[in-house]
Amino acid sequence: MPESTLLELANINAGYGGPKVLHDINISLSAGEFISVIGPNGAGKSTLFRTISGIVRPASGSITYKGSNLLEVEASRRAHLGLAHVPEGRQVFPSMSVLENLELGAYVDKTGIEFRQTLEKIVSWFPVLGERQQQLAGTLSGGEQQMLAIGRGLAANPDILMLDEPSMGLAPTIADEIFERLIEIHKTTGLSIILVEQRVAEALHFANRAYVLEAGRIILSGNPAELQNDDRIRQAYLGM
Amino acid sequence: MMSRPQSVKKSPGRKPVKANTRAAGNTGHSWFGQLFQQHQFVAVDSLSRLLQEPGASFLTWSVIGIALALPLCLFLFLQNLQQLNTSLDDAGNISLFMDLAIDEQALEAARLEILALSEVEEVTVITSTQALIEFQEASGFGNALDGLDENPLPAVLIVNPATDDIESLPALSARLQTIAGVDLALVDLDWMRRLYGIIAMAERLTGGLALLLCLGVVLAIGNTVRLAIENRRDEIVVVKLVGGTDAYVSRPFLYTGIWFGVGGGVVAGILAITAFMTMSGPFSRLMALYNSDFSLSWLGVSDLLSLLLVAGGLGLAGAWLSVLRHLRQIEPS
Repeated sequence: MPESTLLELANINAGYGGPKVLHDINISLSAGEFISVIGPNGAGKSTLFRTISGIVRPASGSITYKGSNLLEVEASRRAHLGLAHVPEGRQVFPSMSVLENLELGAYVDKTGIEFRQTLEKIVSWFPVLGERQQQLAGTLSGGEQQMLAIGRGLAANPDILMLDEPSMGLAPTIADEIFERLIEIHKTTGLSIILVEQRVAEALHFANRAYVLEAGRIILSGNPAELQNDDRIRQAYLGM
Repeated sequence: MMSRPQSVKKSPGRKPVKANTRAAGNTGHSWFGQLFQQHQFVAVDSLSRLLQEPGASFLTWSVIGIALALPLCLFLFLQNLQQLNTSLDDAGNISLFMDLAIDEQALEAARLEILALSEVEEVTVITSTQALIEFQEASGFGNALDGLDENPLPAVLIVNPATDDIESLPALSARLQTIAGVDLALVDLDWMRRLYGIIAMAERLTGGLALLLCLGVVLAIGNTVRLAIENRRDEIVVVKLVGGTDAYVSRPFLYTGIWFGVGGGVVAGILAITAFMTMSGPFSRLMALYNSDFSLSWLGVSDLLSLLLVAGGLGLAGAWLSVLRHLRQIEPS
């Protein structure tokens, strides 16, 4: 494992007790890198994130994070180590205010000192969260809820942000705005990002590297520019 | 999710973001203070969640209450039976009917001799004169007895044994029979044996029934909490993803179990009091037929507190079992 590698999945096989969903997955992420994982519905993209987060335990394989075996760490402790998972469907707490949702995201920050600084950054990236901090999260629009979910992930000051289909159910303009914010966050903070996305063009455009996941297997990986020129990708995902 | 960070709750009328933001769990207090506040908040939050669904909560409380009311009523019945037994303790005394010719000095000597025995706690003397007066008053044959030349009633010594073991009474009775001046020693043990037998059987029955029904309460609460966990599965996952520990995630469900138990205990108490109020009148009338003013005693304050404590404990046990089992499924070990 190269020194700059932050996270490495090696030969991961995982599922939910029955047939395996993920087969021999090998993925690596370097510090400061932005990678995308694309694939159709049911390919196992969300399961991949759930495996990294510890919600799904792999049947075999290894996950190494900052040189240590991540599989020995329980799910709740992984957030303390710097892994933030923004789940599919946003999953904000509708009966809590925007600020309360963000505070919950900072659960790992017991002193609250860092959170005060982080919150200022979050609000600068997503000003609407600052404006609506007292508003109940359930009353926000879909795009605002997605921003809140990302903000909640950022509240813990993570080293890796894992985003599970942040554009799902959003109008294209709103999704574009969210992608722009993500790029800004990545560039200004050097935060490592793993993006799982069905909007393949955007996912390939923003990423340093990309993986194509189909039926639980990685069928292609590499430079986004190379992948965009791959006939299979062009036909299956880019409609060319 | 389940439980908001208590710091949030403590900041009503929050100022702008920069001025007043705190991470979950951080209040600036000591670790113990924070923990206490978190518990306080989660306890209130769990109760308010139950009260937000009064119909469903009331049904659960009723199920638990009915399950607890049956052993509770049996327990109260037994308690009353034991008190009734205590009030009939005189029946465990040995009556010594003395020779008709015994004089006062010999009677006193016999009393002292009996009192000196280690098996005897107290000896009460009823002289033949006292016995006659009592008989005249109680029997209604006063005038007829006036016609007798001499008092036909013997003096009686009522011996109160030091032991509660009724099986030792025949031996003591036989020994007392040998004391000078004693004509007849009398103790009726048969009906006492029956009463003790009934009480012992009822105690076993109540114990077994209470155990079964308490197990039922634990399982019922465990199942209700399981459904709550399933309903909030996504929330639990998200809280774990942001670093919430198992203890943090479990806490609201454990308090939910406690509230289910305590609520069920309140219902059980109400049912038991209602049942005893209904029974009280007829029971008193029945006892009056036996010349007794004995009346049913209800739940005291300490009994009610014990009931709530036990019910809350059962709720906690049920919730704990459920949390242990189902939270583990959400995050495989």
